[in-house]
Amino acid sequence: MRLTPVYAFLSAPYRALRAHIDRWLFQLHGPEAGHIVLVQRRIFILPSRHGMLYVGALLLMLTGSINYNLSLGFVLTFLLAAQGVNAILQTFRNLARLRVAAGRVAPVFAGDTARFTLVVDNPSTLDRFSIGITRDKHDAIYTDVLALQSTIVGVPVPAPQRGVLRPGRLTLFTHFPLGLCYAWAYAELDTQCIVYPRPEAGRVPLPAHDIHDGTGITRGSGQEDFAGLRSYHPGDSPRHIAWKAAARGEALLTKQFSGRADTELWLDWRATSDTLGVDGRLSRLARWVIDAHTAALSFGLRLPGITLPPAPGDAQRERCLEALALFQPTPA
Amino acid sequence: MTNAIDRFHLRHVAWLLASLALVAAPHVERLPWWITLLAAMLFVWRGYVALYGLALPRKWMLLMIAAGSLGGIYISYGRILGRDSGIAVLMVMLALKLMEMATLRDAMVLIFIAYFLVITNFLYSQTMPTAVFMLFVVWVITATMVGFQFRARQPGYPYQLRIAGGILLQSAPLMLVLFLLFPRVQGPLWGMPQDAFSGVTGLSEEMAPGSLSNLLTSDAVAFRVNFESADTPPPQLLYWRGPVMWDFDGYTWSAPRVPYPLPRSYEPLDNPVEYTVTVEPHGKRWLFALDLPAKAPPRSTLTSDYQLLFQTTLTNRLRYDMISHLRYRDSGDAPRYELQRALRLPGTSNPYTRELARDMRSRATDDRAYINAVLGMFRNQNFSYTTTPPLLGANPVDEFLQTTRAGYCEHYASAFAVLMRAAGVPARIVTGYQGGELNTVGNYMIVRQADAHAWVEVWLAGEGWTRVDPTAAVAPTRVQSGAFAAVPQGEALPLLLRGEFRWLHRARLTWDSLANSWNQVVLGYTIERQRELMQRIGIDDATWQSMITVMFITIGAITLVLALLMLRKLHSQRPDPVAAAYARFCARLARHGMTRHPSEGPDAFRKRATAARPELAPAIGTISDLYIRLRYGEQALAEDISALRRAVAAFRTRA
Repeated sequence: MRLTPVYAFLSAPYRALRAHIDRWLFQLHGPEAGHIVLVQRRIFILPSRHGMLYVGALLLMLTGSINYNLSLGFVLTFLLAAQGVNAILQTFRNLARLRVAAGRVAPVFAGDTARFTLVVDNPSTLDRFSIGITRDKHDAIYTDVLALQSTIVGVPVPAPQRGVLRPGRLTLFTHFPLGLCYAWAYAELDTQCIVYPRPEAGRVPLPAHDIHDGTGITRGSGQEDFAGLRSYHPGDSPRHIAWKAAARGEALLTKQFSGRADTELWLDWRATSDTLGVDGRLSRLARWVIDAHTAALSFGLRLPGITLPPAPGDAQRERCLEALALFQPTPA
Repeated sequence: MTNAIDRFHLRHVAWLLASLALVAAPHVERLPWWITLLAAMLFVWRGYVALYGLALPRKWMLLMIAAGSLGGIYISYGRILGRDSGIAVLMVMLALKLMEMATLRDAMVLIFIAYFLVITNFLYSQTMPTAVFMLFVVWVITATMVGFQFRARQPGYPYQLRIAGGILLQSAPLMLVLFLLFPRVQGPLWGMPQDAFSGVTGLSEEMAPGSLSNLLTSDAVAFRVNFESADTPPPQLLYWRGPVMWDFDGYTWSAPRVPYPLPRSYEPLDNPVEYTVTVEPHGKRWLFALDLPAKAPPRSTLTSDYQLLFQTTLTNRLRYDMISHLRYRDSGDAPRYELQRALRLPGTSNPYTRELARDMRSRATDDRAYINAVLGMFRNQNFSYTTTPPLLGANPVDEFLQTTRAGYCEHYASAFAVLMRAAGVPARIVTGYQGGELNTVGNYMIVRQADAHAWVEVWLAGEGWTRVDPTAAVAPTRVQSGAFAAVPQGEALPLLLRGEFRWLHRARLTWDSLANSWNQVVLGYTIERQRELMQRIGIDDATWQSMITVMFITIGAITLVLALLMLRKLHSQRPDPVAAAYARFCARLARHGMTRHPSEGPDAFRKRATAARPELAPAIGTISDLYIRLRYGEQALAEDISALRRAVAAFRTRA
């Protein structure tokens, strides 16, 4: 929407006032923990654009019935008017008393799309059809929640930056059964998604590492001893994908290489170049974490103020990536 | 908010096409064939486009079809705006709109047009069968609307119809309240199209030889009568007075264009008959009453020749209370101009009749004797009654009296009146209906178009206007038991007017009785009836304000009750199905001393339970796995919930 300067001048106070009114009218209180029951006072209802058109059509029919004195015209007009009133109740009821809770959210890398799962539970003995869920009022996901059942809905939310991503205020809405009314409720669930830094692309060799295996013999980098395949996780280096298997039409697999559990690899903030900037350095560290994990090395992470001792395995990978995601650089 | 997802599928198109076809179907018999063909072709085209996912036709093509159709409609009807032509236009536009329908919003507009088309059907017929069919159509249209709203899964058309049916049923109480209490306004609000009520049958203000014959074979109802007292008057006294003809041009009789609303009086010779007439709309002004009416119903006037004229033409069924006197003596004084008018004969037409009249009058002693002589001539010479008389030429009365000598009421009345006027006896022709069929099922009288009749009134000094029915002289059964009893055997009659199918006749009377109740209760619910209803509930001077207040209070109450009933279902809550199933499982094990400790997790409990009852290990394992997955897993699948329930239901601690 384009605003003329005068409106632009007024728009800030207007927006503040609007937000205030919205908070009061729609009872917006920020995120709520646990499940949210869509009780009566949470649900709002207005005629839809089709509903307005319907009212217009009814007025036309009423005028026609009066003019031609058509008794059955009156009957029809009034039946349709009653149907409209009924639609208000039905649409309202279609949303009422649903229970919404947040499900698990898998962490994603920055730039990907997080899928917030929402458990919509229908504790009543009434089937609910065409419940829409939307964040931005443009793209909506529709689902049915049959009587005494729950449905899981994945709400895609783009995750542009690392850190903690919240889905914000979701709108649950419905037009069912006639499309004449629009009933909606807001749900701001206390759920979050960890967004890892986007791993740096391209070949970034792992830092040189000390090997303390007690024997004094230096082993290879751990990227040479093929140990097996596991299913692909987002963020795995493309170099380790079993492309031959993929070409055969199988699911993406990642090659795993045996390293030595006692190989101590330290992924250190200080080992990254200052010129990369905070996010660049974190991206590189993320790359290293993934590569080291793929190489089945035991690795530790050193960030200013955080030290994660070396360990191998998936848990270590997630721990490290989470630390990178949530890292707050202290102003020097 | 609008939905960006305006998904529009084949099934939506199919439902919409079905709805529109149903609602348009009754119009087919009234539309020119080419419009029906065009609409059908466009329907098929739209279905084809939807079926194969083709592109919709281009705008210029539709515009060309629209322009061509409008031209065609103008040629067919001679106008664009009118009832019939308007519906033709609506039909073409509807089919064209269908051809450019691409989104759900277009489809909703079509739905609303479909509802509107239902009303256009009522312009032609408001009978019970129409009402039932249209209710079905509304059901289908609403179900189509419901179908548009299934965004996730498609539960199938029975479900769709069930939801729509439920909505309509729940709407019934509110509809009834609105119908009864919504303040009615006397229409029309603006001028109706000229052809708004064409095609109705009935008497006209002119009577030429043969003009009644199409009425005499019509079994359409003219009006229905409820008598106050149980004993209805005898058939030979049931003369329902209609238009009175004064002027004769040698061929055609006609009623005066300007009726005289002068009050006249007569002396009643019996107790008044009280009755209620419900007259079908016939597009003319007159109302029917038994000879002679004693008052004029509301919004109508009584003319000096005892016609009842309504203030406007009758475009709707009208119900009015009447009082009549069947035996009476006219006051005997008539203004001079009236008597002169009743003697006028044009130029030199029908010379034989004039000659005959002079001859017969000279042989009679007085007017009364002359009348009897003429009636005697009809009775004793070879005059016959038939509903299919020979055609008559330029001097119809001469031809009738000299050669054909066969006809029905119209011919006899006309000949008799001319004979009277030629002999100096003032005479006028009264048209109307004679007799009527008593419907024993509903206990009222049906007067059909076939009961149309014409008789004569002559002015006798000292007695005034006196009714003479020359047809009764020829065919006395005509006034005793109707036109078709008077017809000789062997003449073709409408099937339902024949006497031999008694059960058919009985069924027909039952049906007419139902139709009559429908007309009275539903279609006859007018401003006056609404007033009566308001009086009955204790509001004497119902203004529209008070009616709206009553209406809104009732609507509020009904909506509240409906809302409570509907929302009550929401509170029939059950506990979380997963927790409930697991609790049942634990309860079963607890009966065997295997109680789960509050602090014990499901996995720990599974291990302990399996150790104690190894024979139940598979079942315990399945249930615990499902429960753990549902409670702590990433996704609670509906299938898992039902699997858990089934497993718990099948779980028996004793094998």
